[in-house]
Amino acid sequence: MLSFFASRLLATGVVLFGVTVLVFALIHLIPGDPVEIMLGESARAADREALRAALGLDRPLWVQLGDYLAGLARGDLGQSLHYRQPIMEILLERLPATVELAAAALLVAVVIAFPLGALAAMYRDSIWDRLAMGFSLAGVSIPNFWMGPLLILVFSLWLGWFPVSGREGPASLVLPALTLGTALAAILARMLRSALLEVLSEDYIRTARAKGLADREVLWRHALRNAALPVITVLGLQLGTLLGGAVITETVFSWPGVGLLTLEAIQQRDYPLVQACVLLISFAYVAVNTATDVVYAWVDPRIRLGEG
Amino acid sequence: MRHWPLLILLLWALMALVGPWLPLSPDGVHLDSILQGPSPGAWLGYDDLGRPVWDRLVFGARTSFLVALWVVALSLVVGTVIGALSAYVGGWFDLLVVRLIDIFLAVPGILLAIALAGILGPGIENVVLALSVVGWVGYARLARAQVLSLKHRDHVVAAQALGAGTPRIVSRHLLPLIAAPLIVEATFGVAGVVIAEASLSFLGLGVQPPEASWGSMIRDGTRYMLVAPHLVLAPGLAIAAVVLAVNLLGDRLRDRLDVRMRRHG
Repeated sequence: MLSFFASRLLATGVVLFGVTVLVFALIHLIPGDPVEIMLGESARAADREALRAALGLDRPLWVQLGDYLAGLARGDLGQSLHYRQPIMEILLERLPATVELAAAALLVAVVIAFPLGALAAMYRDSIWDRLAMGFSLAGVSIPNFWMGPLLILVFSLWLGWFPVSGREGPASLVLPALTLGTALAAILARMLRSALLEVLSEDYIRTARAKGLADREVLWRHALRNAALPVITVLGLQLGTLLGGAVITETVFSWPGVGLLTLEAIQQRDYPLVQACVLLISFAYVAVNTATDVVYAWVDPRIRLGEG
Repeated sequence: MRHWPLLILLLWALMALVGPWLPLSPDGVHLDSILQGPSPGAWLGYDDLGRPVWDRLVFGARTSFLVALWVVALSLVVGTVIGALSAYVGGWFDLLVVRLIDIFLAVPGILLAIALAGILGPGIENVVLALSVVGWVGYARLARAQVLSLKHRDHVVAAQALGAGTPRIVSRHLLPLIAAPLIVEATFGVAGVVIAEASLSFLGLGVQPPEASWGSMIRDGTRYMLVAPHLVLAPGLAIAAVVLAVNLLGDRLRDRLDVRMRRHG
């Protein structure tokens, strides 16, 4: 177990290093000059050079990258061009809102997906199955930026149940979490259905039924436990989509998290901040997936024995 | 009724390809009709600047269709070539490609596309570029896995023995066999790109105004949702219909071609 853990950790380190280099390279190699944007096109050449030197942008790219990596190791992400304040401080200020939203969306997804997937698998090819899979198909086809405004229209503007935007109190979390969680719920319900159908055809389920256990008992005590494992892995993988979608959902609801911060940084041409936001979200994604792998291996010995 | 997904896609393609030759004026301003709802003269009404929503919807179809076509084509070709070569050649090149794929997969795709599109600036070419930089990875991984399972088959070994070069073996003896799963993946890819393009436009990072995109139509419409919900409903329904149709078609294609992939369900 320990060696499995160590090898996963090492692989994660390599990926994180690669992600940093990739994002740094992409953002720096793309045409566009932050200095020109900060000073405007009419600025004098001497002023531009001075600012370029002050920001360290006149040095070779690999030196800048080395500097960035060294800073990252110390937890220093540099200064924001727009806010003129350490990026780490800004990120730490915005992070709780995104974590809160992601957790709530995950909860929404699980709460919707499990009953739906279970219902569809238990009553295969019935009207319930069709309804559940119809919902699932609709869920993946409706984009966040449409679902969000529709929810606002119905539940905020017409019914007045929830605030239109912002982050004040638990009520303001409901609509953003629904928006972000529904697509994930749709994917999970589909996965759970097919995982359950596979498990339900196994011998031990027949044995449980033969013993006279009720359908409900078979489902909860025997089938769901084994079917849930692959679904949990997918949950980890889908978290990337969830976090990426947070940019849109947070924009729709003016939710003050890292997603909205990313868009603001793009609009303000604050490249160091854009880079830090992308890195933070990617790191979170990688960390969750490593954690999922480790937990999975701990629960299911076949995996760590197969790999180690 | 079974063929409605295909009909929707045909309509989408038709709108995109024939749109410019139809008597439409997506940028024509009718000041007396601002925010007016559907009427016999304009069956989807007018937007906040008094432009006909139907005309803009047709031109928005063109944007999403062209972007989807370009991005999927570019990603498919680049990804397949890289993935197939990587698996076939092996060695350090394969190791490098695998690392690169792992790294790309660790960054949420839409997030990276948003950052890239934002830095590149608005414009349809930049949207295509940003989405393709992110898009090739999935095809590369799939092509690599497929070629790995095929490269030691007898017919490939026979071709090698006959002295065929790598390009010939990959293009003649491997690509035809891995085409089916890649086509299915590309079909689902179209749905992903349609949503991604609309997302970028929704965030203001897509096509430049006054050019129409379904995503920017939704963004502009949200401000007038109470008085003119049709501004948000029409483009949203268009996106949902196209994406739903593509996903259904992908499902059927997968069943027809009997492709077993990591997508379950």
